[in-house]
Amino acid sequence: MTIEFKINGNTVALDVPGDTPLLWAVRDELDLKGTKFGCGIGMCGACTVHIDGVAQRSCITTVAMVVGKDVTTIEGLSENGDHPLQQAWVAAQTPQCGYCQSGQIMQAASLLATNAAPSDADIETAMNGNLCRCMAYSRIKKAIKLAATGEVTANV
Amino acid sequence: MSNSQTRSTASPSQSTAAPVEAGNSGVSRRGFMIGATTAGFTLAFVPHALLSAPPAHAMAEKLFEPTIWYSIAPNGEISVNVTKAEMGQHVGTALARIVAEELEANWDDVRIHHVDTEDKYGLFVTGGSWSVWQNFDLLSRAGAAGRASLIEEGAKLLGEDPRQCKAENSFVVCSGKRISFGEIVAKGDLSRAYTDDQLAALPIKAPQQRKLVGSETTAIDIPAKTDGSTVYGIDATYPGMVYAKPMLPPTRHGSVVQSVDDSAAKTIQGYQQTLVLDDPSNTVPGWALVIADSYHAALRAARVIKIEWQAGPGADVSEADLLQRGAALLAGDTGSLVVDNEHVDHMFEAADSVLEASYVTNTVLHFQLEPVNAIGLEKDGRWELHTGNQWQSLILPTLAQALAVPAEKVVMRTYMLGGGFGRRLNGDYGVPALLAAKALGKPVKVVFSREDDSRFDSPRSASVQNVSMAFDKNNNVMAMQHAATAGWPTAAMAPFFLGPGANGEKFDPFSINGANHWYDVGAHRVRAVMNDLANETFRPGWLRSVGPGWTNWAVESFMDEAAHKVGVDPVAFRLQHLTAKGSNAGSAPNSVGGAKRMAAVLQRVADKSGWGKKLPANEGLGIAVTFGQERDMPTWTGVVAHVHVDRSSGKVTLKKLDVVIDAGTIVHPDGALAQTEGAALWGASMALHEGTEFVNGQVRDVNLNSYAPMRMADVPDMDIEFIDNGHQAVGLGEPATTAVGPAIGNAIFNAVGARVRQLPITADAVKAALA
Repeated sequence: MTIEFKINGNTVALDVPGDTPLLWAVRDELDLKGTKFGCGIGMCGACTVHIDGVAQRSCITTVAMVVGKDVTTIEGLSENGDHPLQQAWVAAQTPQCGYCQSGQIMQAASLLATNAAPSDADIETAMNGNLCRCMAYSRIKKAIKLAATGEVTANV
Repeated sequence: MSNSQTRSTASPSQSTAAPVEAGNSGVSRRGFMIGATTAGFTLAFVPHALLSAPPAHAMAEKLFEPTIWYSIAPNGEISVNVTKAEMGQHVGTALARIVAEELEANWDDVRIHHVDTEDKYGLFVTGGSWSVWQNFDLLSRAGAAGRASLIEEGAKLLGEDPRQCKAENSFVVCSGKRISFGEIVAKGDLSRAYTDDQLAALPIKAPQQRKLVGSETTAIDIPAKTDGSTVYGIDATYPGMVYAKPMLPPTRHGSVVQSVDDSAAKTIQGYQQTLVLDDPSNTVPGWALVIADSYHAALRAARVIKIEWQAGPGADVSEADLLQRGAALLAGDTGSLVVDNEHVDHMFEAADSVLEASYVTNTVLHFQLEPVNAIGLEKDGRWELHTGNQWQSLILPTLAQALAVPAEKVVMRTYMLGGGFGRRLNGDYGVPALLAAKALGKPVKVVFSREDDSRFDSPRSASVQNVSMAFDKNNNVMAMQHAATAGWPTAAMAPFFLGPGANGEKFDPFSINGANHWYDVGAHRVRAVMNDLANETFRPGWLRSVGPGWTNWAVESFMDEAAHKVGVDPVAFRLQHLTAKGSNAGSAPNSVGGAKRMAAVLQRVADKSGWGKKLPANEGLGIAVTFGQERDMPTWTGVVAHVHVDRSSGKVTLKKLDVVIDAGTIVHPDGALAQTEGAALWGASMALHEGTEFVNGQVRDVNLNSYAPMRMADVPDMDIEFIDNGHQAVGLGEPATTAVGPAIGNAIFNAVGARVRQLPITADAVKAALA
C-alpha cells in the first residue's frame, strides 16, 4: 500500500507495509539518519520526532498512524540547525556521545512549545522518558533553561 | 535537582580498559620526520632506522611507523589525525589541543580527522582513560618539531635570522614581518628529520606558558551532535547492501544450529533468506542471520522464523551458580598472588582481633545506546568493516581468521560511537557482517535489536570478594588480605595482557586493579582468581573502569567497617593509613607524591562536604577515596555521598555527590568536567539502579522495561572540583565510577546503621540489614 504523509514540510509517498515502524521508514526509506534507534519499545526516547507538533516515539508509531499527518525530524527542526535549543545545546556543551541528543532536543522542543518557562520539576517530568546513557542530564536541563530564558550565548 | 559546578581545571579521556604500549613517553626509539605529500606537509614519528631516508620518499612510500601525525595544507588548515574512538569524551579536541599548543597554531585552523585502520598509524585502542596520558608528551613534541621547522623555513622565506623569529597564531613572526603557516607550506620546503636526542632537546612549554591546554574551549564534535548530522556506525550505508538481523543461539559459546524453518517468512515482503553462519574464528558459533531488503522486513521475518539449536555449555547457569562458584574458589587457595608481602599468615595468627567481610557485585550491562552494528563488504580485493569500535587492533586478526584471509586484507572504516563504555573494545559484533558478506557476495549491514545487543553483551561479570584485616591489642592494623574472583575479560579476549603473580600464576590486571591500594596496612596479600564458570558461560567484558568498579566496592566499604570497628572516624582512619611511606611514596612522573595526593583529595572532599555536620534523621554522608584505575596511572578521586534512607521501604535517595579529583594537568577543562559528571552518575546508577542476573545462561534483563539506568529525575546535586597542580596528565573517563558506589554504601550505614555488601544496593537488602 502507498502511505502518504508530510515529512519536514514535504509530502512523501512510501510503498511499505502499514505496520512499518515510522522510525525505520524515516531512517532507511527516507534516509534521514538523525532520528536514532535505541530500544525499539518506546522507552529510551532516541527516536523522538514530532507528529503534528507533538513529541512521539517513532519506533512504536507505525506509518499507517501518520497518514496525512505532519512529521518533523531533527533535520527539520530548524533551517540551519539554529533552533534556540540547538544553540543552547552547543552553549552548554551538552552532548557526549550525542546518540540520544536528537531525541532529547525534539522532546525538549515539544515541552517548550507548550510551556515557555518550565520549572525543574516540569523539565524532569517531560524529559524522564529520554535516556542519556552518558548521563549528561545536568547539561540537558541547563540547556533547556538557557533556551527558555533566551540566555543562549551566556555560557562557555 | 541537579547542578554541576567546577572550581578549577581538568582533563579528558574516555571509557574502559585495554592496554597498549606502556607509559607516556612515546618518543623513545623514534625520530620525527616532516615530508611533502600531496596534501601539503605531513609530520610523523618514524622508526629510527628510517631517519636517513629522504623524507619526501619516506612519506610517499609510507615508510614510517607513526603513532600520531598531522598535516598542514597550503591553505593553512591543520589536520590532526586521531586514531582514538570518539564516544563522547571529545578526545579529538583534547589531543589536537596538545599538538596546537606547541605548534603555536591558531585553534580555528585545526581540524580533526578520525582515521581508518592502517598499519602506519600504529595501534588502535581507546580505553583505560589512557588517551591523554599516553599521548601528552608525544603530541607535545610533535607540535614542537613542527614549530621549529616552520620557524626555520619561515625565516628563510622572509630573509631573516630564525633566532629572531617566533611562531604565534599560525604565523611565523620575525622583527615586524610575518608569514602564515600555509604560505610556508606552499612556498618552502619543510622536509626535516629529527633524531630522538634532537626531539628531546626541543623546548616544551612550562605549564604556566600554555595558552590552549587547560583553557576553556568548545569541543569540535559537539555542533554536529545537535542537528542529527553526526554519522554513527548505524547510519552507514553502502550501495547494494542488504540488511541482516541476528538470530542468537541459546548460549554464548558452543551452540549449533540444528534446523531452520522459515516457511512463515516466505510471504513477507522483502524477506530474502536465513543464513546460518560458518565461523572459522569461532566468535559467533550457532549464529543465523535473517537477510532482507530492509531492516524492518528482517525484523518482521525474524518474528516468525523458527530455529532449533543444540545448546553449548552454560545453558542452565544462573547468577546464584556464578556467585556460588566464586565463593567456592575463594575458599580454596588457587589463583594468582598479585600482592604477596612476607609474614601475612604470621600476622593473622598473632593478631589480637580479625575483621572479615565478604562483598558481592551482580552482573552489569553496558547498554550503550547505539546497539552494536556493522557493514561487511569486499572491495578492490580487500575486506572492509564499517563500524564504530574501540580496539580495532584486537579484532582485526579475528576478522581475518573468520574470512580466512591475511590480516592486511582487512580494513576497518571509522565511525562515531553511540556510546562505548568498553563494550566496543570487544569487536565480536563485526564478525557476522563479514561472514555474511563473504557468503552472499554482497555488502551486508547487520543491526542488532536492543534485545540482541543485551544478550550478546560482554557484561561486567559478577564478583565475589573476601577481605580481612588483622589488628593488635591496641587496634593497630598489622595485616590485610583481599581475595577477589570474577569472570576475566582479558583472559577471554586478550590473554597476552595477563600478568604474572608472585606465585607464577597469571592474573587479569584489569580485574584486580584497585585491590593493590595505597594504604599502609602492614603485611598485605591480594589474590585474584578467575571465575571459570563465568568465562565458560559468557564472554566477560571490560566495562567502564573494569575491576576497580568492584574491587573498590570491597576496599572502601571495608575501610569504613574497619574504622567503625576500632572506633575512629572513617576520614581520620583512612588518613592514618595514607602515610606515603615505602612503596606508597609514588614516583615520577605519573604518581609523584603517592598516597599524599590521595590523602589530599580525601581531606578536601571531606571539608567540602561538611563532613561531621549534623543531618536530619535517616540521612547520612559516606566517603570513599580511590586511585582511579591503575597504580601506574593514578587519578586520585575522593567522593562524599549524601543519602536519605526510608526505613520502612528500604529505599535509598541519593541527594548529593561531592567529588574531588587530582588528575594532574587538565587539557580540556569542560570536557574533563563532563566526563566526571557522567562517570560519577554511572557509579551511582550501577549502585542504585542497574544490575542484572544470569538465568539459564542468559542475562535476565534485555531492554528498558526491566533494566533501568538512572534517569534525569534521579540525578543528585553534584559539586565537582579538580585539584590543579601541573603534574602529569592522567585519565578522567572512568575514575569517578570507582568511588561513588562505596561512598553510597557508607552513607547508608551512617544514615541508618545498615551495612550493605552487595551491588546493586536494593531496597530489600537495606531493609534486611536494618532488621
